Amino acid sequence: MDPKNITTKERLAIPRQVMPAQDPELRMGNFEEVHLGLTPELARMEALRCIQCKDPVCIQGCPVNIKIDQFIKLIAEGDFLGAARKVKEDNVLPAICGRVCPQEDQCEKVCVIGKQRESVAIGNLERFVGDYERQTGQRIVPEMAPPTGKRVAVIGSGPAGLSCANDLAQFGHKVVVFEALHELGGVLMYGIPEFRLPKEIVRDELDGLRKMGIEFRTNVVVGRTITIDELMEEEGFDAIFIGVGAGLPWFMGIPGENLVGVLAANEFLTRVNLMKAYDFPASDTPVFDCKGKSVAVFGGGNTAMDAVRTAKRLGAEHAYIVYRRSEAEMPAREEEIHHAQKEGIEFQLLTIPLEFVGDDKARLTGVKCQKMELGEPDESGRRKPVPLEGSEFVLPLDMAVISIGNGSNPLIKQTTPDIEVSRKETIVVDVNTMQTSKENVYAGGDIVTGGATVILAMGAGRKAAAAIHEKLCGTGQNFNEW
Amino acid sequence: MYRIASAIFLAENIKKFEIEAPRIAKKRKAGQFVMLRLTETGERFPLTIADSDPEKGTITIISQGAGKSTKALNRLEAGDGITDVVGPLGTPSHIENFGTAVSIGGGVGTAIAYPTAAALKQAGNYVITINGARTKELVILEKEMHAVSDEAYITTDDGSYGFNGFVTQKLQELIDAGRKIDFVLAIGPIPMMKAVAEVTRPYGIRTVVSLNPIMIDGTGMCGGCRVTVGDEIKFACVDGPEFDAHLVDFKNLADRNRIYQQEEKESDEAETHRCRLAAKG
Ligand SMILES: Cc1cc2nc3c(=O)[nH]c(=O)nc-3n(C[C@H](O)[C@H](O)[C@H](O)COP(=O)(O)OP(=O)(O)OC[C@H]3O[C@@H](n4cnc5c(N)ncnc54)[C@H](O)[C@@H]3O)c2cc1C
Ligand SMILES: Cc1cc2nc3c(=O)[nH]c(=O)nc-3n(C[C@H](O)[C@H](O)[C@H](O)COP(=O)(O)OP(=O)(O)OC[C@H]3O[C@@H](n4cnc5c(N)ncnc54)[C@H](O)[C@@H]3O)c2cc1C
Ligand code: SF4
Ligand code: SF4
Ligand code: FES
Repeated sequence: MDPKNITTKERLAIPRQVMPAQDPELRMGNFEEVHLGLTPELARMEALRCIQCKDPVCIQGCPVNIKIDQFIKLIAEGDFLGAARKVKEDNVLPAICGRVCPQEDQCEKVCVIGKQRESVAIGNLERFVGDYERQTGQRIVPEMAPPTGKRVAVIGSGPAGLSCANDLAQFGHKVVVFEALHELGGVLMYGIPEFRLPKEIVRDELDGLRKMGIEFRTNVVVGRTITIDELMEEEGFDAIFIGVGAGLPWFMGIPGENLVGVLAANEFLTRVNLMKAYDFPASDTPVFDCKGKSVAVFGGGNTAMDAVRTAKRLGAEHAYIVYRRSEAEMPAREEEIHHAQKEGIEFQLLTIPLEFVGDDKARLTGVKCQKMELGEPDESGRRKPVPLEGSEFVLPLDMAVISIGNGSNPLIKQTTPDIEVSRKETIVVDVNTMQTSKENVYAGGDIVTGGATVILAMGAGRKAAAAIHEKLCGTGQNFNEW
Repeated sequence: MYRIASAIFLAENIKKFEIEAPRIAKKRKAGQFVMLRLTETGERFPLTIADSDPEKGTITIISQGAGKSTKALNRLEAGDGITDVVGPLGTPSHIENFGTAVSIGGGVGTAIAYPTAAALKQAGNYVITINGARTKELVILEKEMHAVSDEAYITTDDGSYGFNGFVTQKLQELIDAGRKIDFVLAIGPIPMMKAVAEVTRPYGIRTVVSLNPIMIDGTGMCGGCRVTVGDEIKFACVDGPEFDAHLVDFKNLADRNRIYQQEEKESDEAETHRCRLAAKG
């Protein structure tokens, strides 16, 4: 079909193109990516479904306002690299966001096609252009402004830090990224599993950033190894961006949570992803042996889905999600919930844990639960679950993974008291510039919002980069007055 | 890579290293530790910073071969490199002039207690050190401890050197002799720390222990190092590793530290076997 001579009716007649995926039976036994990506033919066909709205509302649905209509048009015309360039004007990590964005709640939710039919697969197309650029070795080297002589330190190498570093480097600043762990990438590396986001993609993005002259220093815990004040006063950085992400996991505070076999999702995923425990003993770090065991994950977000699917892949016979509301309320991406269901994950919905039970060696043996029913809607409009009398039951378990969210890491607060934090210990910033209460110190991502999304963290990093550039080299305009 | 500047055995299976890590050397305080990762496939594991030389840019660590990682470390020599060293981590020891402070070390715990004992001395305390080992050959840091103590005692379980008995017996002896003790620091195996806590509890002597839960990141992200202190969840790598001995749930710590025992044993045995073969070959 010629993209120039296609009628709207013809466009609407094309069904949403299905991305090939590994068979569920097969993928349950491996850590390889579930989705295989669109072929160029499928991508062009999908791109033709976009009717090129005069008022592309999809753009408003995207937190970083990618020029969705324009990049899709370029795909339809077969100019895949042009499309990649277009996306990268607003999002430097398309191969990553295309994979992990909750599209169904953002761009695709508002796409007009979605009113009558299935919306245009914007995320899949974005992923396609990112992959195309990488796989064909035609990575676009961004244009770099001449050096400004200014130096900026970026703390944390998650999506917020990386996108901030990218833009600052393009503006001509010298950027040094400090990371606490031995591996760069933040949650992209240690949280989100290989089967959803191959680490090769993150490493490739990091290579691109290195080629732009960005320096990376691992094993530096800012606040401990060096403080923010020392970075500015002793190491001569002109500005700082803090993108340290969320912090320690929350626990549920129910009896038995300290039994052996109860752990936080962060620990489970860190062991498996960062420390490659799935490869034990070739890799030294062990992980709970899930083979033939019963594992339950408590929670309904992306982290919970990642943990439960990981347990299944490690050989769990029963892998449960225990969630207190119904499927509709689950915060995880729709696609992950569907994938989990297909992989044989057992959902215990409208269920709350009351108590973990164990044996005389303090090892977990099960969890006592109670069923809930949905009551009247509360202030937020969500129907509140209320316990059903007499519905208690015990689910036999060998391992329990708690995945109910994280608090904020207190290190920066403790060691830089002049940075204002909220009651929840998140860093307080000016929403227009991402500047903190401390001069020349900016922040963004999960440390500001609490656990959120990759794309929001990236958007915050870019906003801060623009404000830092303005501050260091600009006309002295105040962003607040815009 | 972090280069090893020097490496010497202090006792059988206990080795002291100086490692080049200038940023950490400059920053570290008593009570803090580093996480090490020896190789690309290695695990991250914590060791206390026993000392540092900011001028030379080195830190000192003392490692007891307990399992795969510490034994592998103890096979390294001066000039070798360690892939990752990160720190200083943990909250520094709370140091003040308490009056009379007793520092108790059991086994390699002596090495962990040493920097804090030195800091207590420097803060003006009258410092009594009690360092226990199973037998004479395993006594470490005797000279160093002497240098920071007003009174120094060694105990051995078999009586081959110093006081014949456990560190707790020596402590009880001091208390029974009517010595006024204002502060006790106890570091060593979990049963030893628990026993010290029980000795001082009836007298209300302020007692601090340094806990050693299994750690993964050591930066306050994974929640693996959680311990129960006074019915509250605490994270040893950020809130600790030192806690009020009278509030710690030692049983829970001991139970949780056993979780990967089987895997660790396998990993250690496979490695020992491989090393033996290599040595033969
Ligand atoms: C398992 C899991 C699955 C998820 N799935 C999705 C998904 O599908 N889609 C989605 O949009 N979002 C998802 N999220 C959320 C998303 O990953 C986060 O919102 C996002 O990564 C936040 O980015 P960030 O840059 O703020 O922080 P992070 O990605 O957390 O990175 C922060 C970095 O800073 C480092 N750091 C911390 N303290 C210091 C310090 N003192 N000094 C130096 N470095 C420090 C950390 O080690 C880390 O590398 C998921 C999260 C998890 C945990
Ligand atoms: C804050 C802190 C400071 C420490 N300082 C020192 C030190 O200065 N010198 C020293 O020799 N050791 C120290 N340790 C203990 C040291 O970290 C462990 O001995 C080491 O991690 C064991 O690893 P491995 O692979 O050699 O043995 P493994 O095979 O992993 O374990 C051997 C035995 O040690 C226990 N163990 C495993 N991991 C840990 C761990 N992270 N902490 C404690 N016990 C563990 C296991 O349950 C097992 O019984 C410290 C621990 C902590 C938490
Ligand atoms: S970044 Fe996310 S929200 Fe924006 S267009 Fe891409 S998939 Fe949609
Ligand atoms: S709303 Fe949908 S159809 Fe319209 S431009 Fe955006 S993607 Fe295309
Ligand atoms: S070791 Fe991970 S939080 Fe302490």
